[in-house]
Amino acid sequence: MVELQWYLYLSAAVFTIGVFGFLTRRNIIFMFISIELMLNGVNISLVSFSHYLQDPRGQILAFFVITVAAAEAAIGLAIIISVFRNKETVYVDEMTETKG
Amino acid sequence: MVEFPPLGPVMPEILMTGFALLILVLDLVIKRKETLAFLSVAAAAVVMYAVLGTSGVTFSGMFAADGYSMFFKLIFLLSLILSILISVKYIAIERVNYGEYYSLMLFSTLGMMIMASAGDLIVLYLGIELMALSTYVLAGFIRHAVKSNEAAVKYFLLGAFASALLLYGISLLYGLTGTTDIKGVAAYISDNGLAGNPALMLSVILFVVAFGFKIAAAPFHMWAPDVYEGAPTSITAFMSVGPKAAGFAAMGRVFLIAFASLQVQWAAILIPLAIVTMAVGNIIAISQTNIKRMLAYSSIAHAGYALMGVIAGTPEGLAGMMSYLLIYAFMNIGAFAIIIMLRSEGFSGENISDYEGLSKKHPVSAALMLIFMFSLTGIPPTAGFIGKFYVFMAAVNAGYTWLVVVAVIFSAISAFFYMRIVMYMYMKEPRREVELTTSPALGLALAISALGVLVIGVFPGRLLDLARIAITLGWGL
Repeated sequence: MVELQWYLYLSAAVFTIGVFGFLTRRNIIFMFISIELMLNGVNISLVSFSHYLQDPRGQILAFFVITVAAAEAAIGLAIIISVFRNKETVYVDEMTETKG
Repeated sequence: MVEFPPLGPVMPEILMTGFALLILVLDLVIKRKETLAFLSVAAAAVVMYAVLGTSGVTFSGMFAADGYSMFFKLIFLLSLILSILISVKYIAIERVNYGEYYSLMLFSTLGMMIMASAGDLIVLYLGIELMALSTYVLAGFIRHAVKSNEAAVKYFLLGAFASALLLYGISLLYGLTGTTDIKGVAAYISDNGLAGNPALMLSVILFVVAFGFKIAAAPFHMWAPDVYEGAPTSITAFMSVGPKAAGFAAMGRVFLIAFASLQVQWAAILIPLAIVTMAVGNIIAISQTNIKRMLAYSSIAHAGYALMGVIAGTPEGLAGMMSYLLIYAFMNIGAFAIIIMLRSEGFSGENISDYEGLSKKHPVSAALMLIFMFSLTGIPPTAGFIGKFYVFMAAVNAGYTWLVVVAVIFSAISAFFYMRIVMYMYMKEPRREVELTTSPALGLALAISALGVLVIGVFPGRLLDLARIAITLGWGL
């Protein structure tokens, strides 16, 4: 039996890797994947809390997170494609059309 | 057998979903997109009527149609109607006259309505995502313009990042308290004396950061100027009012119910946040040359003023915050309506210098812009003054006099850049001929917002009474 805290450490580690990736990477695709890592870090902690508390809410929320992440991926990739068509870049550093 | 929960309290949301889907389908058969716009306005009006007659709690407390949420839903629907009215001609000029536009706006408003009514963090999260996902698409709606694409990318990345932070906060809170019900969380925290728990504090901080992104409070505001400038102007107007108000609605519920026993702690985080927000918004706005970007910074500053209502933490403060957001909807969408008027084929009309000498050729539009600018500054007898007055009053009564002094100083600084527009319009010679694009819908939107600004400015009593009643009737229903 693995204790709850180890799942929480794993969840915090995955989440932190996601945050770090989001803040350091400049490629939109990588930033987007970092966000997915953050969401999955949250899912790990939700499911482990749910198991620990013997309460279904955490798992329900995890399902919702997975669903919303799918919708988010669809919309995010569509946005990335539309910017790539016009600009042929996936680096946020080069998105300097609006500056003030 | 489990009894099915009553659907009465969610009727406005069900209607809204139906209408949004209906518009999406009608888009296939109706070729004139203006018709869709008017159908959407009619749909919003029907939903508004339904909202007024709805109250109660359903789905075991997950969804609460109380006075608080009713007031916010009226703000959302009002801003939806005004934004649709200013869009009709504009999206044709931008050559993005598609029916999905209206459907997405309805879905986004539906998300806000769910956020305002959320009695449970799961519902809150779903509302935020429905609102945000629709708005990401709308921000990038001018597919052929690089600016609009970039706005969508920035909004999407930072919005999704903020949602992930919010989720981590929710999961910590769930682990600590064993529930996601907002009232259940509050009860657990006060019963078990969790106030000093470090994990709980981390969760509060994550909530502050996530909501900070949603309401564009500094230092989480950096997306706002770029997104507001790049997005279609009508959507900028919509985003700067609706999602912001929805963020405040959710914030009020989470901080004043779930974290009610931690008020000292979260106020200590929110006060510096409000000061930095007002400073950044008002000071950086001075150096802007693009009016949409200037209004983006102004919108950041206004989030700072409205935050003071939450910081006060009293019913009076919340009532002030709610009336402030309603007034802000009128004056901000009004100002954006004028910006849209200046936009015509081959001319963006987004530079502040385009307003030079506007009063010579177009006295009515200049006068309306003057009213909105006065109101945004907070000069009586406009509504902007009333809004600021109530929020500041509530903060003074809650013992934050020094914070109000700071806010008033920043408010005085803001006069510089709002009055600069007025000065350009009235005291400079026109540099070039500016043709205005008008339409009956735009005129109607302008009339509604100008009337709102002036009527609330002259007869403010009713509005605050309404906000107070909304809180006392519904708070903690």
